[in-house]
Amino acid sequence: MIPINDFLVLSTILFSLGLYGVLARRSAVLILMSVELMLQAVSINFITFAVYLNPDTFTGIIFAVFVITVAAAEVGLALAVILRLFRNKATANVDEADIMKW
Amino acid sequence: MSYEEVIFYVVGAVTVAAAAGVVFSRSVVHAALFLMLALFAVAGIFILLAAEFLAIVQVLIYGGAVTILVLFAMMLTRVRDLPTATDGPQKPFAFLAAVAFAATSIAAIVSTDWPGNTDKVNVIAFNDIGTALFTTWAVPFEIASLLLIVALIGAIILARGEEGD
Repeated sequence: MIPINDFLVLSTILFSLGLYGVLARRSAVLILMSVELMLQAVSINFITFAVYLNPDTFTGIIFAVFVITVAAAEVGLALAVILRLFRNKATANVDEADIMKW
Repeated sequence: MSYEEVIFYVVGAVTVAAAAGVVFSRSVVHAALFLMLALFAVAGIFILLAAEFLAIVQVLIYGGAVTILVLFAMMLTRVRDLPTATDGPQKPFAFLAAVAFAATSIAAIVSTDWPGNTDKVNVIAFNDIGTALFTTWAVPFEIASLLLIVALIGAIILARGEEGD
């Protein structure tokens, strides 16, 4: 059988790649995609803990369902914000969206 | 090494390679296609964790809806026309932060002694998930539907623009 550490290490690698993407990318769409990777890593972690350590109440699986729901809402809203940004400033580069910078 | 481990390593390698493709690829469209592959590979990981329900939801919502939305956003904003502007000057710091996070977390995972049985996947039945979702977690479930409605209306208002726009 697969030991629990393998799943946890995989989800850590996935999360780190997403973290790198969020910090290094400049296009809002690419940042959104990296955020999706991070959410996937979190879901893997939740489900791993639920099926290995907590099979009686399996809170992790329920939480993963909510993570997917919130991710769907987030993508829809983020798309609307990016479209709005592009319409106002003709760019999807987050470095140029600095109107609220003090 | 059991056959399950072999499958896990293959699917895990595909996941990591596709995720690396998302964050390192120069082309935005390639990144989106890599994202699609990564999301399907994660669905495979869910199946290895005996969470078939979540694997199906993953394929439907992520593989279907989310990647399509991302591709739409890409076409409507023409980000693919700016290939040089994909990475910022903060790249080395981002790399450092990601490596530091990964090293710390992996060290913590390896050194932790997990309570309970850690080498067996406990299969959780479909109907148990359904019962728990509609009894114990009924209130968060309703709040999640409210959140979806609010997000939908908000997205329409934001994307539609002002009158005569």
